[in-house]
Amino acid sequence: MSDQGFEATAAIACTVNGEPVRATVPVRQSLVDWLRHGLGLTGSHVGCEHGVCGACTVVVDGRTMRGCLLLAAQADGAVIETIEGATASGRVEALQEAFHARAALQCGFCTPGMVLTAAELLADEPSPDRPRIREALSGNYCRCTGYHAIVDAVADAAAHAVRER
Amino acid sequence: MPARSTELPLQEIGRSRPRGRTRALLAGHGRYLDDLDLPRQVHGAFLRSPVPAARIDRLDVTAARTAPGVVAVFTWDDLRAVCRPWRTVSAAFPGLQSPEQTPLAAGRVTAVGEPIALVVAASRALAEDAIELIDFAWTEQPAVGVASEALAPGAPLVHPELGSNLAWQFDAAAGDVDAAFAAAALVVEERFVFGRHTGVPLETRGILAAFDRSEARLTVWASHQMPHQLQLHLADLLDLPMSRVEVTAMDVGGGFGIKMHVYPDEIAICAAARLLARPVKFVADRLESLTSDVHAREHVIDAKLAVDGDGRLLAIDAKGLQGIGSHSVFPRSSTVETLMAMRTLGAPYALAAARAHADVVFQNKAMTGQYRSVGHPIACAVTEALVERAAALRGEDSLALRRRNYLEPGDDGCRTALGLELFDFSHAACLERLEAMLDVAGLRAQIAAARQRGEIQGLGFAAFVEMTASGSEIYGKAGVPVSAADTVQVAIEPDGSIKASASLSEIGQGITEGLIQVLADAVGVAPERIALEMGRTASGPHGGGAWASRGAAIGGEAAWQAGRALRGQVLEAAGALLQMPADTLDLVAGWVVDASGERRIEVAELARMVHFRGHEFPAGTAPQFQVAHHHRRAGDPTIPTNGIQAAWVSICRDTGLVRCLKHWVVHDCGRMLNPLLVTEQVRGGVVQGLGAALFEHCRYDAQANFLDGSLADYLVPMATEMPDIEVGHVETAYRGSVLGAKGAGEAGTCAASAAVLNAVNDALRAAGGTSIATLPLTPPLVLAALEGGSSG
Ligand code: FES
Ligand code: FES
Repeated sequence: MSDQGFEATAAIACTVNGEPVRATVPVRQSLVDWLRHGLGLTGSHVGCEHGVCGACTVVVDGRTMRGCLLLAAQADGAVIETIEGATASGRVEALQEAFHARAALQCGFCTPGMVLTAAELLADEPSPDRPRIREALSGNYCRCTGYHAIVDAVADAAAHAVRER
Repeated sequence: MPARSTELPLQEIGRSRPRGRTRALLAGHGRYLDDLDLPRQVHGAFLRSPVPAARIDRLDVTAARTAPGVVAVFTWDDLRAVCRPWRTVSAAFPGLQSPEQTPLAAGRVTAVGEPIALVVAASRALAEDAIELIDFAWTEQPAVGVASEALAPGAPLVHPELGSNLAWQFDAAAGDVDAAFAAAALVVEERFVFGRHTGVPLETRGILAAFDRSEARLTVWASHQMPHQLQLHLADLLDLPMSRVEVTAMDVGGGFGIKMHVYPDEIAICAAARLLARPVKFVADRLESLTSDVHAREHVIDAKLAVDGDGRLLAIDAKGLQGIGSHSVFPRSSTVETLMAMRTLGAPYALAAARAHADVVFQNKAMTGQYRSVGHPIACAVTEALVERAAALRGEDSLALRRRNYLEPGDDGCRTALGLELFDFSHAACLERLEAMLDVAGLRAQIAAARQRGEIQGLGFAAFVEMTASGSEIYGKAGVPVSAADTVQVAIEPDGSIKASASLSEIGQGITEGLIQVLADAVGVAPERIALEMGRTASGPHGGGAWASRGAAIGGEAAWQAGRALRGQVLEAAGALLQMPADTLDLVAGWVVDASGERRIEVAELARMVHFRGHEFPAGTAPQFQVAHHHRRAGDPTIPTNGIQAAWVSICRDTGLVRCLKHWVVHDCGRMLNPLLVTEQVRGGVVQGLGAALFEHCRYDAQANFLDGSLADYLVPMATEMPDIEVGHVETAYRGSVLGAKGAGEAGTCAASAAVLNAVNDALRAAGGTSIATLPLTPPLVLAALEGGSSG
């Protein structure tokens, strides 16, 4: 059953993972809810809906944002990338490899947000030390790993990128 | 006596391999509960109690029923036609008092967050809008918040029909405790206070239920640790045969004990789906999760330890109180927490006498339940804080005191004073390993130098015993239908691949990979040739799921036996075909080889013959190429594991903030199926223990109003606050199984908070402060202790 008949809506046009999208969205729907349930991009997750946990992290106009704190209607005109798009383009592949090898994820619920945030860190700072990695990831909660392996994985990916250069 | 693991040809078992499915999870291709949407699906939202205790005077849902997008509104009067109430009954807890529980409130509420009415609408948002239209009036009643007030004369009763707030009492004693304390050269004693906390899986609880009237079939997807158990209770409560109830757990975003209970809201959703005959989804938001997931701990324990003049521990004596909230959680009972908190007191040490008593009381708060390392962290903190205090007062190294007093079981095992059966463990070896990992003398010198500079630093230790992999003696004997067994099914596909299913559950801990490694070695094929499915009651055998760190110890053994039997079938078939005795053949890397090691026939070829050309086998030979093996351990009710942790902390003099600088763990979980994944289990567990020690607290005011409704209030550890965690292993195989594996999932949590507590008190001692015995170690507590103004 669709909720649209009962909701005030807005028409938006934006780019999601490189594809142009036009949609009518409930004005009160969050960006992450629309990506997940409107577009079927379920790689972004919802852990708190109040901007604390980082599970909903997506890239909007080149910067990571909390998809639960933005409305879908605000995405009009924006360029959005989710973990699905970042995976398809291959730009987070070294991080994904390192996370896999280090077992830096258990349940995986935090992981898409964690990878996008780590990718932003490495784009800004190619060789962060461990405390800096920890600081940069502090807006992304992980309840399973205890973070040590995540820090290892990000450090590995950074070293890999430096070697490749 | 089973063949010992050391004699087995192991290729995959013991190798560090990342879990295969993590590649999909990394790509955003996980399938968690809320990722699934069904045609004609509607969404549930609950009116929940805003107050801790009230009589419901009016509950009129008429206006809500006609709100935009609303499909239905249910109260208990509507659901009772298809759902019956439940009550926790367990012979493991003689005298347990336990009220009836209903999916929606039956006339009164006993905790903030208790579901009262269910609105089902086209979207969650519309359902929430309609909740506002429910005409709900109540008379607030006096509430019990503070556990120590629950048994006072004249205290309000959480459940008047029970006549008391006392749910259960624990009592155990051995040896002459009073004589031991009278003879002691040193007695250390303390009142320990442990706050409530909760598991906070990053994916909240959620359920999607669909009912097909034509077949009377209930199909459920749930974010759950044990779909088989949920299937059983849904069938029972909704009066359906289990053959008409199907539960699937897809990817689960963390459990930690939170997702293994019967929750009223989840049952209400299934009942609603049955009444509506269309799919109903409910995903708890974080506020609902924090108020209605089971909470854990909340103990006050007065404990004392007697020590003789030679530094030998003589006896421990403890009096405990636990507040379990409004109900004893169904089906296992919240009292398991107190049972384990009392039973594991003093467990690492040889004590001649011990006594423990505890009262477990109801309160008008969220119900508590089994959370990672159930009860053990409480006993560990009490025991280890007293041990460090005794060592400090004796002016000796606490590790020397521990070493002198460790209970070493010898070959035949032994019993602790409070009745735990211990065997196959290794306190001395773990301590030795820890001392090799961290140069204690060097670190102490470094800390002394930091103190010279005016810093406040401390080092603390905590030895632990964690009981794992419960057998059927625990719940089965108590009359509680909880499976402690596991079944693994294996079959060979036409191309020689192995299709397996198991009654276990994957919730991120990685047991899937461990079982694949076991099957690979047991059968003799590469792990890449094995597909293992779990979490589906429709296709998988009934069994235990994920609890009590049981996957490797019980599931691993089931997988080994199933794989060995399948291998036997392959060798029989090959022998018949090759006219060779099966016992001269072996199965290696997907090939049947003869005694000289020469490859004779590929498993894939045999499989094609079985499936397509069975007539080519000699007459009388009909290979099955499939096995189901059910493993129930005989003999030991639980498998003990042990180890030791160390914490190095610094304290900020101005803010009282505790910073963890580094943490070490040495752990003995027997044979490790996969050291990488074991290590990560330990690390994750440690951080949950550090959270309990420093930040996590479900706070209520004195009237039992909940104060921590968001992750901005309830503090989960963040990356920057957590230390690097070094993990070492000692492997003392469990002798009662072929593989020798024990549980690994909870030990990290068991001793982490105790080690930090000891480290903070070490720092405070050196800084001239008083000691603390209250968790979490909040900055105000630490500042007060630094000023010497409070003993916590
Ligand atoms: S869901 Fe957006 S920050 Fe938690
Ligand atoms: S892997 Fe489970 S929350 Fe990070």
